Amino acid sequence: MIDILLSLLILTGAIFTLIGSLGLARLRDFYTRLHGPTKATTLGVGCLLIASAVHFSVREEGVSLHEVLVTLFLFITAPVSAHLLAKAALHLKVKSLAALPAQDTSTAPDPALQRDPAD
Amino acid sequence: MRRLLPHPLLSLSLALLWLLLVNEFSAGALVLGALLGWLIPFATSRFWPERIRIRHTGVLLRFLGVFFIDIVRGSFLVAWLILKGPKRLRPAFVEVPLALKTDLAIGLLANTISLTPGTVSANLSADKRTLIVHTLDTGDAAALVAEIKQRYETPLKQVFEEENA
Repeated sequence: MIDILLSLLILTGAIFTLIGSLGLARLRDFYTRLHGPTKATTLGVGCLLIASAVHFSVREEGVSLHEVLVTLFLFITAPVSAHLLAKAALHLKVKSLAALPAQDTSTAPDPALQRDPAD
Repeated sequence: MRRLLPHPLLSLSLALLWLLLVNEFSAGALVLGALLGWLIPFATSRFWPERIRIRHTGVLLRFLGVFFIDIVRGSFLVAWLILKGPKRLRPAFVEVPLALKTDLAIGLLANTISLTPGTVSANLSADKRTLIVHTLDTGDAAALVAEIKQRYETPLKQVFEEENA
């Protein structure tokens, strides 16, 4: 019974992780590619971690709670890294399928740091 | 009390974190966890200029519930959009005007946005008034902004910022 539940969780996790990576390969600009790893993968890794927690809590004595920590750290770091990547891309005006926001996105209004439109 | 224990919530979370890290519940681990939870806030006090207060625990719990449901919903949605093919996506940048003032609340909102359906927070304006959000597929930007404000910002504001309520 437990085995079936575990297999289901691991399969679901693997499928979502696969789709997340597929997104990286298939989507067509930098900004949309960011969505794959931050979301589909979150649920994928989540499923794998639940499976791990259930497995080790059942097989060995005592509850295994390391997975709670992994989830916590993942939920804190994944959006932060996505945010920083997007921010850096906006700053460098990476080509986008959507219209870039009109507002000035460079946080350092130093002319020396701005890219010369000529190059 | 204020000087001996500047951030009780942070201390408590650090102690809990330590217990989870060692993955055992013993007197030794508990003492060491409590010690770390007491000492680390002093070492990092520059990062915590304000004391964090949580009001309306019920609202916070409801917010967490909505958050987890939206993570699952968002994962299915993004998976479906990826499988459907990139040609029919309508990506857009959306500006969300912020009603939140404190750094912690804005940070939590940005993280929440990044983890939920089809949106990644991309840039916070220098005056901390607007957050630029990139969305994978949207037909109606105004509705998206309204949803973000209603689902996430309002509860966060109630929990972390409501001063005289």
